[in-house]
Formats: sequence, structure tokens, C-alpha cells
Amino acid sequence: MVGIIDYEAGNIRSVENALKRLGAEYVLTSDVGTLSACDRLLLPGVGEAKWAMEKLRERNLADFIRNTSKPLLGICLGMQLLCSWSEEGNTECLGIFDNRVRHFRSFLPSGLRLKIPQIGWNDIISLKSQLFAGVTEGAYMYFVHSYFADIDENTIAVSEYGIPFSAALGNGNFFGCQFHPEKSGDEGEKIIANFLKL
Amino acid sequence: MLTKRIIPCLDIKDGQTVKGVNFLSLKSVGDPVELGKAYSEQGADELVFLDISATLESRKTFSSLVERIALNINIPFTVGGGISSVEDAAVLLRAGADKVSVNSSAVRNPSLVSDIASRFGSQCVVVAIDAKKVDGAWRVTTHGGSRFSDKELFSWALQAQRLGAGEILFTSMDHDGTCAGYACAEYRKLSEILDIPVIASGGAGNAEHIVEVLSPEGGRADAALAASIFHYGEVKIPELKSMLADAGIPVRRV
Repeated sequence: MVGIIDYEAGNIRSVENALKRLGAEYVLTSDVGTLSACDRLLLPGVGEAKWAMEKLRERNLADFIRNTSKPLLGICLGMQLLCSWSEEGNTECLGIFDNRVRHFRSFLPSGLRLKIPQIGWNDIISLKSQLFAGVTEGAYMYFVHSYFADIDENTIAVSEYGIPFSAALGNGNFFGCQFHPEKSGDEGEKIIANFLKL
Repeated sequence: MLTKRIIPCLDIKDGQTVKGVNFLSLKSVGDPVELGKAYSEQGADELVFLDISATLESRKTFSSLVERIALNINIPFTVGGGISSVEDAAVLLRAGADKVSVNSSAVRNPSLVSDIASRFGSQCVVVAIDAKKVDGAWRVTTHGGSRFSDKELFSWALQAQRLGAGEILFTSMDHDGTCAGYACAEYRKLSEILDIPVIASGGAGNAEHIVEVLSPEGGRADAALAASIFHYGEVKIPELKSMLADAGIPVRRV
């Protein structure tokens, strides 16, 4: 059973649909007891970091997430929340990954004009995790974001938008994808299928 | 590297695709889900489903279709047509659409853009603008190009961006249906003044037109949308992507 962590983070439907396509059973809930009984956890999210952290704390989900030993995958904002800090709203995040989340605008080389948010398909390289088993190096994934996590030893996939950034993070039982695997065609679906096997 | 997107657009009436499709061997060419899947398999980067039905009853059919699309298709898709309130947008987003496109209603009531953006995020609001050149000025039209508004293309696009639009989809009514190419000069200007992605629509007659509107020397658009040339098989997506790659334009290959 997959537990989708419900904190009103918007557009959970696409994650649910991906799990349905893969034939996985899931439950969408904010109840810590129910989530504790799940085999693995998904932290989706579209929205604003400060607001999202408040919602997680209000529902006692922040400590639950920090202490879980089950495989957990954060998607998009969900991945950023697993980092230590986000420039978005100057937000203290869950601190599972040491990475810091910054706005692209502060980091793009001067003179380079890129549209923000990054919207669309970008390639991911330097793949190093079971999460990417069978996924082609350089495969394209669908991104929608204005903030990015820096690269460090937790980085398990790299992408580039003006500068290189962490397309995915991993440490122990925790994983995060900046892109939307549930919207990234068949290659993206492989990532979710791999997560279901972890 | 972020790639340029190719977006087939499907017109839907009473839950079925309208324009003839005569190149895909599908069981039901009228079924938007089958057609969307086929485009996705060919390498479409995104899909747009435009509801052109008029009645309330058929609007309900559309939202149940959106649920079926969301369940079966694993690439992003936008829905549009007749969205005039936050509640209209909410129904379609809850049904599983990734983005909604607003057009005439946003011209009439610009706060619709900010209302949807603040509730669901800018990433899901596409502002579609239809405009026609009159005495040297690009005037925004509504109701499928049949009525003129008091807005001008570039200032409306900037206003829409300020209101929280995530993307601008501009259709030149002077080019739409001509198959003579996109309004490249206008896309280039939009791309220069806006910080959000620009989607080109209207005028594609062949693959070269799409290369032109996406190229740095041409329209500099971030994505190209087209309907008939894909539906009638004049342009096949894999071949189009090869051409774009040969022209040095980054594309996603499947």
C-alpha cells in the first residue's frame, strides 16, 4: 500500500492516476496512523514552500516524515520540502537532505535571459540510483519550477537550466524528484514503477 | 537542455474529436483518448483539448472525458473552451487537467487570470490570445475571432503575465487557417517582452513553418501548437523532431 501524504498540496490527481496505471494500491490521507501502516510514502506537491511547511506541521506530518524508515519519494515541491531550507518565503524545511533550495533568478549567469519558471522537458544525466533502473541516461522529464536544489553528494540525477541543478536527490530511504515522473511519459512511469519495488 | 515543445491540438464536441484524422490506424478516430495516446506515442510533448461544444450538457461530457484522458495519458495536457469562472477551471483541474486555457472570458474579466493563478498556481493558467492586425495594430478578438475587444496584443500579454499567467498562447487570426506560416515577427516580440513561455499557434502548413517559429533567427517561441497538419498527416511528429534537431533546435526524442 502506497500512502500519499495529503496536505492540500494540489494536483494529487496525476500521481493517483499514475499509481492506478501501474496497478498499485494507494491511500490518500493526512492521518499519521494510516500512513505508518503503508509500505511506502509519496509526498507530492504544487504550491508555495512556506505554506506547505505550515500545513505539514499543523498536521504533525513534519516529524512523521523525518522519522519514517519507509521508502519516501517527494515530487517537485515535495522534493524541495525534504531539503534544509528554501529561499521561497525564507522557509526552514524538513532537513532530510542538506541541500538548499534557491530561485533560478539569483543564480543565472548575468546576460543569460531564461524564462522562469522552467516549463517543459529537460534531460537528466549522471543517474545513480535504483530509482533509475532501466531509465536511459539523458532521458527527458517534465519540469515546472522556479526554485532548484543545489548539487551535492545527495544528488542522484543532474539537469541544467542556465546552471546545473539536482534533478533528483536520494539518501537512505528518502528520494526526491524535481520533475514530475507521473507526467514524463513512459520513462517517467519507469521511475514510479522502480519506487514501488524499493 | 530545455527542449522546445510540439503540441497537437484536438477540438472536442460532445466528447468526440471533430476534425478528421486520416493517418493514424485507430479503432476509433473520434475518441480523444485514443488519439491523444497515439500522439503521445509519436512524441508529442503536450496536448491541448479544446471543448467547442456549446451546451451545458456537453460541458459535463467534457469533464468526464478529461477524467478519462488524465487516467490514460502520461504527458501534460491543457484543456480550454468556455472557461469563464474559477469554478469552471476547478472542475477541469480536479478532473485531472494539468492546465486550463482561458481566452474570451479573461479579456472581459482579467481578474479571472489572477483568481485561478492564486488558487491553483500560475503553472496551470494558459492565457490564449486571438488577435488580428488592423491599421498596423494587433487588436485582441474574442469569440473565435468574431468580435473585437478594446485590448492590444502586446499590452494584454504583459498584463496577463502580471496577473499570473503561466504561459501565453497567441493565435494570429490573420495567419490561422492560411497554412502559410506563423506570425514570426510577433512571436519574436512577445518572447522578448515576456518572462513566461510563448506558445505559437495558427498558420502552420508544413514542418518548415514550425522550425521557423521555434528557431532563434525566427519566432523564438517556446512551443508550437498545430491541429490540421498533424491530424491530416502532412507533418508527422517523429520526422518533425528530426528536422528540428537537424536545425539545431533542442527537442525531446522518444
